[in-house]
Amino acid sequence: MAKYAGNDNLKKHAVYVYSEDQLGYKFSDTHPFNQKRLTLTTDLLRKMKALSNEDIVPPRIATDEELLLAHDARYIDIVKKASNGEVTAAQTESFGIGTDDTPIFPNMHEASARLVGGTLTAVDYVMENKASHALNLGGGLHHGFRGRASGFCVYNDSSVAIKYIQEKYNARVLYIDTDAHHGDGVQWSFYEDPNVCTISIHETGRYLFPGTGNVSERGSGQGYGTSFNLPIDAFTEDDSFLELYSTAFREIAAFFKPDVIISQNGADAHYFDPLTHLYGTMKIYHEIPKLAHQLAHEFCDGKWIAVGGGGYDIWRVVPRAWSLLWMEMNDMELPQDALPSEWLAHWQKESPVPLIPTWMDPDNLYEAIPRKAEITEKNKQVLDKALYSIRSH
Amino acid sequence: MIVEQMMNKNVLTLNPSNTIKEAVSILREKKIRHIPIVNEQGKVVGVVTDRDIKEAAPSNLLDGQNQELVETPLKEIMTKNPVLGHPLDFVEEVATIFYDQQIGCLPIVSGGKLVGIVTETDLLYKYIELTGAHQPGSQIEVRVPNKAGILFEVSKVFHDHHANVLSVLVYPDLQHESNKILVFRVQTMNPLEIIEDIRKEGFDVLWPNMPGMTT
Repeated sequence: MAKYAGNDNLKKHAVYVYSEDQLGYKFSDTHPFNQKRLTLTTDLLRKMKALSNEDIVPPRIATDEELLLAHDARYIDIVKKASNGEVTAAQTESFGIGTDDTPIFPNMHEASARLVGGTLTAVDYVMENKASHALNLGGGLHHGFRGRASGFCVYNDSSVAIKYIQEKYNARVLYIDTDAHHGDGVQWSFYEDPNVCTISIHETGRYLFPGTGNVSERGSGQGYGTSFNLPIDAFTEDDSFLELYSTAFREIAAFFKPDVIISQNGADAHYFDPLTHLYGTMKIYHEIPKLAHQLAHEFCDGKWIAVGGGGYDIWRVVPRAWSLLWMEMNDMELPQDALPSEWLAHWQKESPVPLIPTWMDPDNLYEAIPRKAEITEKNKQVLDKALYSIRSH
Repeated sequence: MIVEQMMNKNVLTLNPSNTIKEAVSILREKKIRHIPIVNEQGKVVGVVTDRDIKEAAPSNLLDGQNQELVETPLKEIMTKNPVLGHPLDFVEEVATIFYDQQIGCLPIVSGGKLVGIVTETDLLYKYIELTGAHQPGSQIEVRVPNKAGILFEVSKVFHDHHANVLSVLVYPDLQHESNKILVFRVQTMNPLEIIEDIRKEGFDVLWPNMPGMTT
């Protein structure tokens, strides 16, 4: 019957949740968190002919009821008041807003709730089988706490989305976070929940924000053993990063057997990123989505929701990294050669730094790191410690 | 901070005539390592630790062998007249006592009665809180000359940037005696401008350096 066949055809391969409204999440012109990244990425994908209008769905705004799944009513109230200019920074500071990191800006409640809504839109597409995969690059605000903003994040879209998946679809969620900063907000939201597994690979808290994410943070109570942390050294570089990521992600997925994978794709582990010191190159952004994609098919019947996250070199790193994510999601062959010259010509005018003209980074991006073998060895120990509890001995 | 603000008030105790077997079962069940021994008047007369037990008895203690041994009363193996603390002692003193006496717990006594206990683990946790490492923040280490007024000059930068300082520690600089290392945990994800301004003030900020290159 035609109508049944038609239903099947309606299922999209992947959706790209985006609208220009997402750019409204803007602290100031000089703040490192800059959603112009979304414009740059979307434009690059269009010029690659990898993204068409049919792929794009607009984000909705999360309702208060949805925000309450992972946030306190008092906190939401304060954000709304700040949003309308009804309170001063002095009154909101204890909620983490009105600070240098997370300043108050007009309509911050709506803008923040829209980023959450985008991730919920992505969730509904995937969980209702309208698409196999969905991407919301405006999401990934993994530092947001239940009652407090932190590290550029007001509401935590992943925390809300995971609770939403649990309530509405009753599914087991595996959350994997490759942002260079620890995914603390999401981890603490589900620290005692055995049906949500969080993995975060990040630069050690020795100097870097937020300082948490030690191997020993494994969850508590019923949730003990479903939080995994891989704190890696500054100057880790590609190979060691990928060794830990691939081994841990694969083994943990096999152990936890999720129904759906949410990946947080902060693109701030790159050598160029001003805030971090991991010295990754584009190679990791080729490999990270490949494995997430593969494991989603292996364990979750393809169900994969990807969100953005950090990424503070918005010109040279983020557009390339996030484009690769979308192309991988759509089974496109990942490009290695030159970026579209039109894109380069258009954006070079605005960019304060020379753009990288190719998908991969040039060789010898930086000088060789002394003591590479020791850093690799130390990271390997972190990996073994993190996976100790799920390996047979 | 004083001891009564951090001591554990729910203390499990035994008396001198309880047996090794009873002590072992409490240590295992409650996952603790120290048991104060009190007499009928509630006075602390000893302490039994997991180590006392290991020294007194072989490891197959509970396997039904050495029946006689496991029935040994604790008064025969306990550390008698243990070092005691008071609720108004300073926490810093407790740390010194642990270090000097090489012990791992301090029963806290007031009015002749046991009112609490402080262990190495409690102290270590207080130290973690002290460093601010349990709250989201960036760590910034600054090498400064060891003289008056410097902390003010550095912390002025945090004030100017409206950055909340979670903790401050002052370490000796092992390489240069005329310096100190100030360690701040600051509630910000973007410390770059702060670091730049501290450097402008003429101080040396220690930040991830190429491994192998000492600062």
